[in-house]
Amino acid sequence: MNDHTPITTGCRETPVLKERGQREVFCGLTGIIWLHRKMQDAFFLVVGSRTCAHLLQSAAGVMIFAEPRFGTAILEEKDLAGLADAHTELDREVAKLLSRRPDIKQLFLVGSCPSEVIKLDLARAAERLTVDHAPHVRVLNYSGSGIETTFTQGEDACLASMVPVLPETDARELLLVGALPDVVEDQAIDLLTQMGIGPIRTLPAARAADEVGIGGNTVFALLQPFLGDTHAALERRGARHIPAPFPFGEAGTTAWLRAVALEFGVDEATFERVTAAPRARALKAIAAQSAELQGKSVFFFPDSQLEVPLARFLTRECGMTAVEVGTPYLHTRLVGPDLDLIEQGPTISEGQDVDLQLDRCRAARPDITVCGLGLANPLEAEGLTTKWAIELVFTPVHFYEQASDLAGLFSRPVRRREVLSL
Amino acid sequence: MKLTVWTYEGPPHVGAMRVATGMKGLHYVLHAPQGDTYADLLFTMIERRNHRPPVTYTTFQARDLGSDTAHLFKDACQEAYDRFKPEAIIVGASCTAELIQDDPAGLAETMGLPCPVIPLELPSYSRKENFGADETFFQIVRALAKPMDRSERVSVNILGGTALGFRHRDDIQEITALLYDLGIEVNVAAPLDATPSDITRMGAAHFNVLLYPETGEAAARWCEKNLNQPYTKVIPLGTNATRDFIKEVCDLAGIEPEIDESRLRMPWWSRSVDSTYLTGKRVFIFGDGSHVKTATRIAREEMGFEVAGIGCYNREFARDIRALGKEIGVEALITDDYLEVEQTIEALQPEMILGTQMERHIGKRLGIPCAVISAPVHVQDFPARYSPQMGFEGANVIFDTWIHPLVMGLEEHLLHMFRDDFEFHDAAGPSHHGGHAPKPMDRPEETVVETPAPEGSDVMVWLVDAEKELKKIPFFVRGKAKRNTEKFAADQGVTEISVDTLYEAKAHYAR
Repeated sequence: MNDHTPITTGCRETPVLKERGQREVFCGLTGIIWLHRKMQDAFFLVVGSRTCAHLLQSAAGVMIFAEPRFGTAILEEKDLAGLADAHTELDREVAKLLSRRPDIKQLFLVGSCPSEVIKLDLARAAERLTVDHAPHVRVLNYSGSGIETTFTQGEDACLASMVPVLPETDARELLLVGALPDVVEDQAIDLLTQMGIGPIRTLPAARAADEVGIGGNTVFALLQPFLGDTHAALERRGARHIPAPFPFGEAGTTAWLRAVALEFGVDEATFERVTAAPRARALKAIAAQSAELQGKSVFFFPDSQLEVPLARFLTRECGMTAVEVGTPYLHTRLVGPDLDLIEQGPTISEGQDVDLQLDRCRAARPDITVCGLGLANPLEAEGLTTKWAIELVFTPVHFYEQASDLAGLFSRPVRRREVLSL
Repeated sequence: MKLTVWTYEGPPHVGAMRVATGMKGLHYVLHAPQGDTYADLLFTMIERRNHRPPVTYTTFQARDLGSDTAHLFKDACQEAYDRFKPEAIIVGASCTAELIQDDPAGLAETMGLPCPVIPLELPSYSRKENFGADETFFQIVRALAKPMDRSERVSVNILGGTALGFRHRDDIQEITALLYDLGIEVNVAAPLDATPSDITRMGAAHFNVLLYPETGEAAARWCEKNLNQPYTKVIPLGTNATRDFIKEVCDLAGIEPEIDESRLRMPWWSRSVDSTYLTGKRVFIFGDGSHVKTATRIAREEMGFEVAGIGCYNREFARDIRALGKEIGVEALITDDYLEVEQTIEALQPEMILGTQMERHIGKRLGIPCAVISAPVHVQDFPARYSPQMGFEGANVIFDTWIHPLVMGLEEHLLHMFRDDFEFHDAAGPSHHGGHAPKPMDRPEETVVETPAPEGSDVMVWLVDAEKELKKIPFFVRGKAKRNTEKFAADQGVTEISVDTLYEAKAHYAR
C-alpha cells in the first residue's frame, strides 16, 4: 500500500501530436443510446434534422424497436423560417410526448448541429418547459452536436448539465461518476462497501428521485475518462476529485480502488482481505485470455477517450506494445495517472486527420488496430486485424470480473485471423 | 417539428452517398460537421463493403463557424483531388452546412480542378434519401452524358442500381443475363459499378432499362429528352411482370421475343397442391412505391393471396399507390410514420405482412409472419448467396422467401389434426426455435368468471366457452377468426360472443 515508486518511463510528458482534418468519429448524440438505458425515467429529445434521427437509428440498431426513451424532433423548413415559431412547435411536441409518456420524470433537450447553427435557445426552452411541467418533470438541456462533442463527450455534456441542479449537502459521501452497466456498478459498490466505505452515490442515478447531493465534503471518483466537463462542474460545486488510473484490468482496478481506499483511510489488511480473491481471479483470467496478445502491437484510432487507459491495460497487463494511441481529446488531468503507466514509445495523438492517420497505420502494420465501424472492414480487407471500438463502450469491461472479457475483446480478432484459412 | 424515432429514409446526402459509393472513380466532397461520417458504416457494415465510401467530409467544428468554413471546404476539396485523383467530383452540403452560408458549388467551381466538378442542391429539410440518390444521378448524367452514335448491335443502359440498394447487385446480374439471352447487350449499368467515363458513353445505347424508378427516373427522363432514348416502364419483378418486361424490351429493340423459361419454377410451385392453403391469405404490403406495386401484382396473380392493404413511405409515389389502392379496392396508406403503419396492421389483422425491416418488427410484436420486400433493410438482407428479386430467378427467390414464414399446407393440416397433442399445443412454441423443449400442457380448472356486458353498451364480451373454442383454432388463423367473429357480432348487434356466435360467424364468412 505504501509502494509509490514513480514510474519515470511514463508518457505524461510525451509531446502530443495534435491534428485537425477529417474526423471519422461519432458525434455526442450517440451517448443517448446507453444513457437512456441507465437513467430509467429520463427521455432524450434531440432537436435536430433527419440526419440526427438517422444517426440514432444506425447507432441504436435493434434497440430502436424496443420503445426506447429517446427521439428526434425533426426540424422542417417552416421551423427554419422564424425562431418564435420554433419554440411554439417545440412546446407542442414536448407536451404531446409527455402526455403520451407519463412515466417520464426528466426530459433532456439535446442540441444538435442544426439547432446550434440556427441558434435555437434550448437552455431557455428547458427553463420554460420546467416551469410548464413542474413538478412532475424536470427539463434540462445539453449539446450533443458534432460541432461541439465527439461520441462519449455526449455523456459528459449530459452529466455536466445535471450537476448545477443537484441538491446541496454537507455529508461526506463518495460519488462514483459515469454510467456503467448495472452489474459492474454493483461490483464496484460491493468492493468499496466491504472496505467500510460509504455512503456511496452514483451519477447518473437510475431514477431522478434517487439523485445525490453535492457539497464541500463530497469526494468523487471517475469511472470513465471522458468526463472532463462533469469533473469541472463538480469541482465548481466544491466536490473534490480522487485522481486514479481508470479501473480496467487487474492493475487498473487495484490502483483505482487503492486511491479511493487511501482517501477513506482504509488499512492495508482490510484492502488485502477484500481485494485478494478477485485480484487473483482477474490475473488468472487475463493470463488465459491474453496469450495471443503477448508481444503484439496495437494502434488506436481516436473514438471514445478510453484509448489511453486501454493502452495502459494492454501494454502493462497483456504484454502488447502500443504504436499510436489516438484520442479525440486528451484531458491530461484525468488520464495523467494512466499516461504515467504507459512506457515511452507510442505516439500520443489528439484529434484526427483520418487520411494521414491511415497512412501512419498502414506504414506501421500493427497486429491489432482499434477503430470505428467505418474503418474496420476496409482495413480488414487490406489485411490488418481490427477491433471495433464502439463495443468497448457498450460491453461491461471495467473492474476485476470483467478484466478477462476485456482482454478477450482484443484477443478474439487475433485468434480468428489465425483460425481462418480461406 | 415532428417527433420521430424510426425513419424509413435517411437525409438526401445519404442518397448522394449511395450513388457515389456505388460508382467507381467518383469522389464526393461533403460539407458536413464532425459526426456525419456515421453514414460510412451503413456501407461498410450493412452492405459489408471492403473499402471506405469515396466521401471526404470537411468536418467543421463550432470554433470554425464564421468565414473559416469556406476555406475548410476548399482545402478538403483540393486534398481529396490530390489524394484520390477521381475522374469527377460531386460537391454538396449536409443539413447543417445547408444552414451556413457557404456555397460549395461556387467555391468548387473557382478552384479550377482538372476534373469535372458537379454541384448538388439537396434540400435536407424537405426531401429525403431516395430524392438525394435520384437527383445526384440525374446531375451526374446531365453533366457527363452526351449524344453520340448508337452502338452497332442493340444495346441498353440499365439505370437505377445504387449502393445500399435492396438486392440491386443480383437484380442487375439477373437482368443483364436475361437481356443477353435476348441478344441485347448492356452498354452501361449505372450508377452501380459505373465510372464517370462510363457515363459519358451512355448515349451509345439504343434505349434505357429503368429498374429502380426511385433512384433512376430523373436520369431516364433526361436521357429520353436529350439523348432520344426511350426507357422501359415495366419493372421485371414477378413472373408476369418479367414476361411483360421482355415483351416491352423486344418491342423497343424491334426483335421477336424468345422467352427461355426453363429455369422458372415459381409458377409450378405456386400451382402445386401444397400451395392450395395459400389461397386467400390476407396480406398487408408496405415499402417503397415500386416494390409495393410489383408485390401487389405478385400477391394477387401469382400467389393467390388477398391483398388487405397497401402503402408506401416515399411520397414521390403516393399518387401511383393511391391509384393502385383504388383499383384493387383497398385504402392506400401513404406515411413515413411507423406508428401509423402499426395501427393499420393492427386494425387489418392480416395473416402476413410484406414490408421492410420495420414491418418485420411490427410483425414480430403482433405475432404475424412477415417477409421483407423493400428497403430499409438490415445486414441479413445483403446476403452472400445469389438472391435477386427480378427476372425468373427473382420469381423463384420471392416464392421461397414469402412462403417461408407461413406454415405450408401439409404442416398446417398436421397442426389441425394434432392441435391437442402435447407437441403442437399453443404454448409449445415453434419447433424450429431451438433451445426450449415444449412446455407441459397443464390445464388448470377454469377460474374465469364471466362478466356480462352492461346493458345497452356495445362492449364485446367473449364468454368462457367461446374463448376456449377460439383457442382451439390454430394460432396463425386465430386473429382472423377473432376479428371476423367480432365484426359479425357487431353487425348483428350481439354484445356477448358465445360458441354459437363463433360458428355462425364462421358460416357467414365461409366461402
